[in-house]
Amino acid sequence: MLEQWLNSDAVFLTVALLASTLRMATPLGLAALGAVYSERAGVINLGLEGLMLGGAFFGILGSYLTGNAWLGVLLAALAGGIMALLFALVTLRYKANHVVAGVALNLLGLGFTTVLLVAVWGNRGKSPDVAGIYPIYIPYLSDLPIVGELIFRQSPFFYLLIILMILSWLFFYRTKWGLRLRAIGENPAAVDSLGIPVFTYKYLAVIAGGMLAALGGAYLSLGELSMFARNMVSGRGYIALAANILGNWNPIGVVLASFLFGLANAIEMNLQLYGWPTQFVQMIPYVVTMFVLGGFVRKVQAPKALGQHFDRSNTNM
Amino acid sequence: MEALEALRMNKIVKSFGSLKALDQVDLTVAKGEIHCLLGENGAGKTTLMKILYGIHQQDEGEIYLNAKKVKISSPKEAITQGISMVFQHFMLIPNLSVMENIILGQEETKMGILADKESRNKVANLSEKLGLKVRLDMLVEDIPVGEKQRVEIIKALYRGAEIIILDEPTAVLTPQEVSELFKVLKTLKEDGKTIIIITHKLKETLAVADKVTVLRNGKNQGSITTDKATPEILAQMMVGRNVMLEVVKGKVEKGPVIFETKGLNLKDKLKNINLKIHAGEIVGIAGVEGNGQTELLETLIGLCSPTSGSIIFDQKDITKDSVEERLDQGLGFIPEDRNDRGLVNNFKLWQNAILGYQKRYEKKGLLDFAAITKASETIVKNYQVKVLGIDSKSSSLSGGNAQKLLVGRVFYHNPRVLIIAHPTRGVDVGAIEYLHKEILSMRSQGKAILLVSADLDEIRQLSDRIAVIYEGAITIEGDGGDFTEDELGLYMAGGLRPESKVVKA
Amino acid sequence: MKIIKKAANLLLRLALALIIAGIILFVSGYSPLKAYKAMIWGAIGNWNGIALSLVQATPLIFTGLAVAFANNCGVFNIGAEGQLYLGAMAAGVIGAYLPPLPHYLHLLLALLGGALFGGLWAAIAAWLKVKANANEVIMTIMLNSIGILFCSYLANYTFKASGPVAQTPEIKSTAVLSRLSTGTQLSSAIFLGLALIVLVWFVLYRTKFGYEIRIVGANPRAAATAGINVAQKITAALFISGTLAGLGGAGQVLGLHGRFIDGFSPGYGFDGIAVAILGGNSPIGVLFSALLFGLMRAGGMVLDRTTNIPVDFVLIIQAVIIVMVAAPELFKALKGGVKDVRTVVKQ
Repeated sequence: MLEQWLNSDAVFLTVALLASTLRMATPLGLAALGAVYSERAGVINLGLEGLMLGGAFFGILGSYLTGNAWLGVLLAALAGGIMALLFALVTLRYKANHVVAGVALNLLGLGFTTVLLVAVWGNRGKSPDVAGIYPIYIPYLSDLPIVGELIFRQSPFFYLLIILMILSWLFFYRTKWGLRLRAIGENPAAVDSLGIPVFTYKYLAVIAGGMLAALGGAYLSLGELSMFARNMVSGRGYIALAANILGNWNPIGVVLASFLFGLANAIEMNLQLYGWPTQFVQMIPYVVTMFVLGGFVRKVQAPKALGQHFDRSNTNM
Repeated sequence: MEALEALRMNKIVKSFGSLKALDQVDLTVAKGEIHCLLGENGAGKTTLMKILYGIHQQDEGEIYLNAKKVKISSPKEAITQGISMVFQHFMLIPNLSVMENIILGQEETKMGILADKESRNKVANLSEKLGLKVRLDMLVEDIPVGEKQRVEIIKALYRGAEIIILDEPTAVLTPQEVSELFKVLKTLKEDGKTIIIITHKLKETLAVADKVTVLRNGKNQGSITTDKATPEILAQMMVGRNVMLEVVKGKVEKGPVIFETKGLNLKDKLKNINLKIHAGEIVGIAGVEGNGQTELLETLIGLCSPTSGSIIFDQKDITKDSVEERLDQGLGFIPEDRNDRGLVNNFKLWQNAILGYQKRYEKKGLLDFAAITKASETIVKNYQVKVLGIDSKSSSLSGGNAQKLLVGRVFYHNPRVLIIAHPTRGVDVGAIEYLHKEILSMRSQGKAILLVSADLDEIRQLSDRIAVIYEGAITIEGDGGDFTEDELGLYMAGGLRPESKVVKA
Repeated sequence: MKIIKKAANLLLRLALALIIAGIILFVSGYSPLKAYKAMIWGAIGNWNGIALSLVQATPLIFTGLAVAFANNCGVFNIGAEGQLYLGAMAAGVIGAYLPPLPHYLHLLLALLGGALFGGLWAAIAAWLKVKANANEVIMTIMLNSIGILFCSYLANYTFKASGPVAQTPEIKSTAVLSRLSTGTQLSSAIFLGLALIVLVWFVLYRTKFGYEIRIVGANPRAAATAGINVAQKITAALFISGTLAGLGGAGQVLGLHGRFIDGFSPGYGFDGIAVAILGGNSPIGVLFSALLFGLMRAGGMVLDRTTNIPVDFVLIIQAVIIVMVAAPELFKALKGGVKDVRTVVKQ
């Protein structure tokens, strides 16, 4: 009886759909986690798209140059960190409007990855195939019915996402550094008055955020296609930003939100197979975010000092 | 025996651009002393303390702690040296708990993870020892002001502070809370802590301090022990001349009632407010800040609508009218905070001079620049606004001149009813006298004036009638001469009920 | 005098951006000088190049003006891209489907339709901001994606012209914005843009409405106290901003493509943000920065055709310019750096 049910088409299709949901959610989740770090420190990160694109490109470049995909991942994270550092310099030190700087970061990401694409491989559309990162079947667990296929035959990026989600939660809610970071996003002047180096925290958080977003991008290139294509992130950065809001700036919340958006993505892929219009399914993440922010679903609370510049000499202390 | 010296600041100089905020200021504070730093707004008190706390760095001069020269270049270093500062605007994170706020920056951890129990014990010990009651698990946004201040003091002690600086600690407290605070400060003093209070209030200084240092215009005016000081002496040191404590107020025939509120309620913020203002009369609203004044002002001007009750202007019900309609009918409003609701700082003076009255300068949909120029220049001239020209940004104005511009704008446009809030806050003495004179001249022109101020002296000097607001209700109302200052203070604190004194209505 | 100083600052920014982008090119193994030469030649070297630059500048005048108008009221309209699409779709449908009408009437209706739909799309964000205090930046980003997808659906299904391409049928000749000269793609849409520059300038600086819009942008609390209906002004500003972007889309459809084509915009709306910022949110500034961006885009396109440097290279220049305008302190620091280098060289 159970055997029969497990082998039925309905279960098979559902598991396939959910498994592809998790795949779709992985890059979103990683980037959205990145957004949590940056925004909890009070820096609006509209540049996720550019950071992901950078991660996607350097992941492939690293793999191409070394022949080792994991070194590619490392290079991607490094590149994301450096891009985020530039972003942090511009927004924190030189006090650019966060949104504007984010727009610039996205332009920069698209511009230089394409220029480098041509410079390195002489092709305007895509890179050659390189060694990628392939799914890992966890011994024993992957043989479990349903769960095994769903969860334990995923890309290492997925496992990484889950681990980082848990660690991030612990970081934000159980360590002093997390407490301080949350406080900085709410009232940096107060934190500064206690002698905590506000800017150091802000820089590190933005850099960590950039590395995570780049990992999300690296998943798209190394984990899915084993190559880089021009503008391959195609709007996922904005969806990740939406997931960050829907998840209420909480590491677990944003990953769950990414799953929801991943599901929309997976459904869209299926519809495409049948030749049905996909546009309305594609809209789901955006519409959901609008409903949430419009106060129709539940209350979300952004960090109070989000997007504000902190300057000790200007605070009302 | 001379007490040990806890702190000595020697010939401190600090400039901001061309402005010399501190000029060779000395300050010596003995260990275990409560020391008041007295001065008017802009005298340099807060700047001096921010230097001590490492927020600003002095241009010249030295700081000695326990007779040892130190350099303090950040709050972190100040904390390490045992200095803490409680700011006028509390430095608390509203959506973190009291506990989290206290430990922030000095967290007890075990292997990187927050050790809640250890911190909790430490904080509980502190608060018990000094009788500072706080609820550790409440969110800061949910606790009252007095408790927030206790949290700030515990925060300082938790950091091992030996010198605690408090910036205008009583500004937002009721008299009861003030006396409670003073008790706490005296306990701290007995415990050997050194306390520096920044204030401009003479009576409080005399009530709590051992010694006073007075600053004026960034210069030290000398120090004096409180047993030798009187309010007169301190006032003289503060303003540098004999202060005219009484404003000369002529007699004005009261006209008919032209502005009235009937049973005004606003959620739980305002309770059954009934006010009547005659032409040629100033009604003063006295009260400790945060007792519904802001809500009352916003309701009267039309920024929020009352839950029930009505507002009558010249026998016409204006409760439902918009702000714009009220302004059109001749309601003039001087808001509490000129930078918040009054002026648009990076706009030009003329753009600010017509704000609220732009309708009157419209000709066929276009701005009438000739009329605007004429009006702006008249306001600048008539209200003594010191400015280069009407094209200057209003952010270039000093506090007093900005307030004159704001007052001039409203007075010039010929209102019939004036709602004036804190007209002299953050304004130098000269400008205060001038502004008071202008307000009185409005009274003699037969305007009906409602004056809201936290400054009891201002209320008493200007008002024909005084109403006390406490927790959103008018607890008593009477002629200005009906109350002594002490009585008013008690009403403001909610200590006296109306029935305890018979006042002729 | 002030204008000259402003212009000098702008040129200096441009020069610095070109230097930084040039370094990136150089590191990538290209010759920056050759690239810039190709770009400049392509953009202004001959009449075709100038026409191409103006064609590229045309939609940016609209979207830059759109973003600048909203910014003047203190609202950040990142949604010009979506509004542009909606406007283009409305104009395309009106242009193709209305029964025969006199020329200018049909054109006018198509333009009005484009303006209206762009405006309404932006008004959604305004409504949510006013009603639920929802952040307009996030809202307009979401509306961008939704709007583009919605138009894509319409072009793929509801209004699809026969053939393999996702596009609407060709507009009728009565709805065409006429071409300015044969052989180029330059249409009279650019005159509409110029007229709007003047109109917006007039509204912002010469009318009570504009005064109030700008007061709201500078200090909404003071505006409310002065009897200005802040919610109404914000709604109006976003709506007008949307109509401007929508007109930009309509201009592309009625003047250039002759129909709505799925994915027709390479990011005019996003470039509008940069154009507005570079132009200091003033209509005149927008005009100049739109022309500059048009030049860069045209130069980039020629670069793309004649060398192996992709057109996306221009995005790097744009990004650096945006950052330098948005972070004045960075600009100052760089300027200081240039001076240091100069003194070192002199010694």
